[in-house]
Amino acid sequence: MDLDLRLENLQSRLGPPLSLRVPAGCTCFIRGPSGAGKSLLLRAVVDLDPNQGEVWLGGQRRSALPAHRWRRQVAYLPAESHWWADEVGEHHAHWPMAVLEALGFGPEVLKWSVARLSTGERQRLALARLLANRPRALLLDEPVANLDAANAERVVAVIEEHQRRWRLPLLWVSHGQAHPHTSCQGLLELEAGRPVRRELPWS
Amino acid sequence: MELISLGPGELAIAAALVCLLALLSWLLHLGIGRRLLVAAARSAVQLMLLGLVLETLFAQTRLPLLGLMALVMLAVAGWEVMARQQRRFRGPWGYGLGTLSMFLSSFTITLLALTLVIQVEPWYQPQYLIPLLGMLLGNTMSGIAIALDNLTRTAWEQRQRIEARLILGHTWQQAIGEIRRDALRSGLIPIINAMTTAGIVSLPGMMTGQILAGSPPLEAAKYQLMILLLIAAGAGLGSLAAIWGGSRRLFDERERLRLDRLTPRRN
Repeated sequence: MDLDLRLENLQSRLGPPLSLRVPAGCTCFIRGPSGAGKSLLLRAVVDLDPNQGEVWLGGQRRSALPAHRWRRQVAYLPAESHWWADEVGEHHAHWPMAVLEALGFGPEVLKWSVARLSTGERQRLALARLLANRPRALLLDEPVANLDAANAERVVAVIEEHQRRWRLPLLWVSHGQAHPHTSCQGLLELEAGRPVRRELPWS
Repeated sequence: MELISLGPGELAIAAALVCLLALLSWLLHLGIGRRLLVAAARSAVQLMLLGLVLETLFAQTRLPLLGLMALVMLAVAGWEVMARQQRRFRGPWGYGLGTLSMFLSSFTITLLALTLVIQVEPWYQPQYLIPLLGMLLGNTMSGIAIALDNLTRTAWEQRQRIEARLILGHTWQQAIGEIRRDALRSGLIPIINAMTTAGIVSLPGMMTGQILAGSPPLEAAKYQLMILLLIAAGAGLGSLAAIWGGSRRLFDERERLRLDRLTPRRN
């Protein structure tokens, strides 16, 4: 089933209310200088900070769902991942082994100690951990920022594959590094929380 | 056995010892002699006043008066709990959470003890009510203060881990679960230690007092045991209530971690 992601007068701590639609299978890149409110926007969509407005996933209204169920469907990958248990495997009950493999990990990674992971490993494992929830929409905050070229390519491939297979709408905060070339992509540029450029071919 | 009454002369001997200590502190440049004397004077005034107040209360057995006394004790204990928090909740919650938890646990348990365990007639006989409530409040206060301080401090330090769990779709209870359990444990450790060493390492204060005042040691031991058990129940239930309310308050209705509801750190 194709679900689009719609922001309806969504207002976070910064900037005016924002409305935006991302159709199923399409990607909206979000650009802007540091402090422009790119991460704040993603946090507002998953309801991590107090915000006003409504978000829809297909016909599903955010406010009609308990927040934790919303966050399983609309998955947010922060720029920096955090881990609360000692071993990687403890952070999810159903790790997607195919995703781990595509990201360059064998099954033994689940026994690894979190304390010994490198920044890049943490970032790739955080993506796998997030995809384990089988989300219906993805919000990515610079998912390839700290990766070398080979690993960035792996991450992009996994995201592309997921987006294509599940027809996911995608919000992607990026500084213009490697990213997928889907047939359907748009751009939103923010400055101090305000959209200054909006190129959305679907609207 | 009868009670040997203490006169001013007897107390003066004990006071002289403290003065000697103050003198020594002055000679050794410890710089604490003044504070020692002030503290000693304060305890003298406070205890004498308390004695006077209790004498009046005991002579009357009037419920409104006792209620007022109990409320004053609760108010002071509530303030003390709040003062011991590094990061406390903003607004009425800062004072209300600890005070309400103490009220719920200490007052209920005191009432239970008076009516079911000791079975005094009438149940508000001040000779039993005031000391019981005092001991329960004092100990519940420590438990709640430690537990709440632990909860808010750890939640602050581990905010990113808590949010990482929320992001992955955990409920707020799952996200704070371990922190909540640790906070509760920390609130219960003092009373568990007190029960473990009671009678071996330390002679509990109340029992010592009763024996000095002429009670048979076995009677004093039974009373002390009852008090310890009541305190454990009171501190446990009070901490439970405070931690439940506090952890709920750390999240809002959309399961967001709301650390903005805490005041900045104080030292």
